[in-house]
Amino acid sequence: MSDKPFWEEYEKRRRKWDSDKEKYSQGSRPRFMTVSGDDVGILYGPDGFDQSKYLDKLGFPGEFPYTRGIHHTMYRGRLWTMRQFSGMGTPAQTNQRYHLLLNGGQTGLSVAFDLPTLMGYDSDHERSRGEIGNCGVAVDTLADMETIFKGIDLAKISTSMTINAPASILLAMYIAVGEKQGVPSHGLTGTLQNDILKEYIAQKEWIFPPEPSIRLITDLMAFCADHVPKWNTISISGYHIREAGATAAQELAFTLADGFTYVEAGIKAGQDVDVFAPRLSFFFNAHQDFFEEIAKYRAARRIWARRMRDKYGAKDERSWLLRFHTQTAGCSLTAQQPENNLMRTAFEALSGVLGGTQSLHTNSMDETLALPSDKAVLLALRTQQIIMHETGVVNTIDPLAGSYFVENLTDKIEAEAEAYFDEIDRRGGVLKCIEEGYLQREIAKSAYRYQQEIERKERIIVGVNDYVTDEKIEIPLLRIDESVAREQVASLNRIRKSRDNDKVARTLADLTSCAKGDGNTMKAILDCVRVYATEGEIVDALRPVFGEYTEPPIF
Amino acid sequence: MSEKIRVLLAKPGLDGHDRGIKVIAAAFRDAGFEVIYTGLRQTPEQIVTAAIQEDVDAVGVSILSGAHMTLFPAILKLLRDQGGRDILLFGGGIIPDEDIVALEKMGVAKLFTPGAATTVIIEWLKQAAAARTKDDKLL
Repeated sequence: MSDKPFWEEYEKRRRKWDSDKEKYSQGSRPRFMTVSGDDVGILYGPDGFDQSKYLDKLGFPGEFPYTRGIHHTMYRGRLWTMRQFSGMGTPAQTNQRYHLLLNGGQTGLSVAFDLPTLMGYDSDHERSRGEIGNCGVAVDTLADMETIFKGIDLAKISTSMTINAPASILLAMYIAVGEKQGVPSHGLTGTLQNDILKEYIAQKEWIFPPEPSIRLITDLMAFCADHVPKWNTISISGYHIREAGATAAQELAFTLADGFTYVEAGIKAGQDVDVFAPRLSFFFNAHQDFFEEIAKYRAARRIWARRMRDKYGAKDERSWLLRFHTQTAGCSLTAQQPENNLMRTAFEALSGVLGGTQSLHTNSMDETLALPSDKAVLLALRTQQIIMHETGVVNTIDPLAGSYFVENLTDKIEAEAEAYFDEIDRRGGVLKCIEEGYLQREIAKSAYRYQQEIERKERIIVGVNDYVTDEKIEIPLLRIDESVAREQVASLNRIRKSRDNDKVARTLADLTSCAKGDGNTMKAILDCVRVYATEGEIVDALRPVFGEYTEPPIF
Repeated sequence: MSEKIRVLLAKPGLDGHDRGIKVIAAAFRDAGFEVIYTGLRQTPEQIVTAAIQEDVDAVGVSILSGAHMTLFPAILKLLRDQGGRDILLFGGGIIPDEDIVALEKMGVAKLFTPGAATTVIIEWLKQAAAARTKDDKLL
């Protein structure tokens, strides 16, 4: 659109429209802004959209810089994986839930572990009191993982595991379950979250300090390259950063900055970027602001592709692809009028799909009250299936491309992320920023501002600060009763008695000396797991060498 | 009441969700309270020791992990055993209604659930602290 008469006419008409609009109502809200607090214009037009940059900035699906999607045929060729994050109570209860989901048409598994498992404590540890089976399933030894995957063929299903500080241990257990089922590690597919940086930043389930934690991760990447080549070794996660209160741009920037840090660590450990980078994947939040979220996913792909190729010298196209999982925003759900959460989740899920996600978790409506009930989980899964089969959005790729508004937002959020990358570099990198609490403070500031906007009613949250009713909540809640902890501790005690304790002691001692030297810790951990060493024992074998992380309390 | 309200905010158990408590800490600070935040992973023993040492008016505890029926009673008992009987214990988190009733019956002064406005929590604490001071004078 370089013809001058058109633009002269356009500018004239736009100026007139702008002045005419003063005659009309300007709306009742003090500000029009995104969920992230950025002002939004009333109307976007072709003046902000430079068609001549199309090939450079957007290109075609499956082609650099992948703004429009990472696959040539996107959802026509392959639908996203419906992957509900799930796990609670004992391993047997979780196994039951998995069969329910698989029978309901789910296409991948995603394991939620309880807090003691996430923190490396066995179920009989004092610090596990009250937490066993509550936020996920309790796992102490290989026996628990055998139960969780009973009747599920690991050669046929892909499994995602939300586990970070002790990720190597849980992957080792999964490999060992495969061995018992006769599935070699080369045939296993799935994802480990294994993103310790965002733990320090937002989710806060850590064990060891950053340096040894990064070593565990690079050991695992090297091990998987040789033995579990189809495994996604890190799911670099913005989800928790967003849940902690970050804006969309902060989520994008801090997550990608974490990604760059892992790439740099891999390269520094002497690994070939094109060997490990294709196994890195991402995990983003789908919050309430529909267009802002879609812009975020599109910008993410473009930034990653450009950096991987131009800065880190990756030559394999697969290293440039930002593949991602999406989960709808838990923090957008309300405890008031919980059925409304069904609608919130549906809109959020739709933004993930329009943004080109590879897999999706839809939250259940009752999650602000308890772990989701069977009925609520199925409704959440059905939400995905309705989007997939009834709305028509899978027919064409990246349907919002070329929208003046969405392209403008995509550019803007990319620029905001770039500004954060510069600031993080200026401060000495992600690890330094974590140490100084910079990233944590930025997120806490955004969270506080958001809360104040709600309390000043600059934002309306239906059922919370407007349209309030005082009806009693009447949805059935799932409760984890105390028998879960008793059963789990009893089964742990049985294992401790029946296993070969000499072998356990020997493999644990080997792990400690491996950690002191520079051997691959993943191999040593697999040996411990195979003889039924507990997760807590394995962590205890590493703790004296690696130390423990503590965070300065800042708010 | 002329003196500033002193409040200890704490995260017990293994739960790492600290968005809520940090928002509360900032809101209390802006409301003029003296705020001490313990940080994450505090045992009930550590929380109660800090509360008594810091001579606070109230302890606010945030639990989103479902461990509330274990942790609140433990903190309450330690407060009573260690001479902190007059310290208000309140909290917030993902706590089902029937558990709120049970915990408040045990002696937790107040529990807030997701969506509670900071202004409401601040107002409640001002009144509860004032009522407590009045009780003290009566003694």
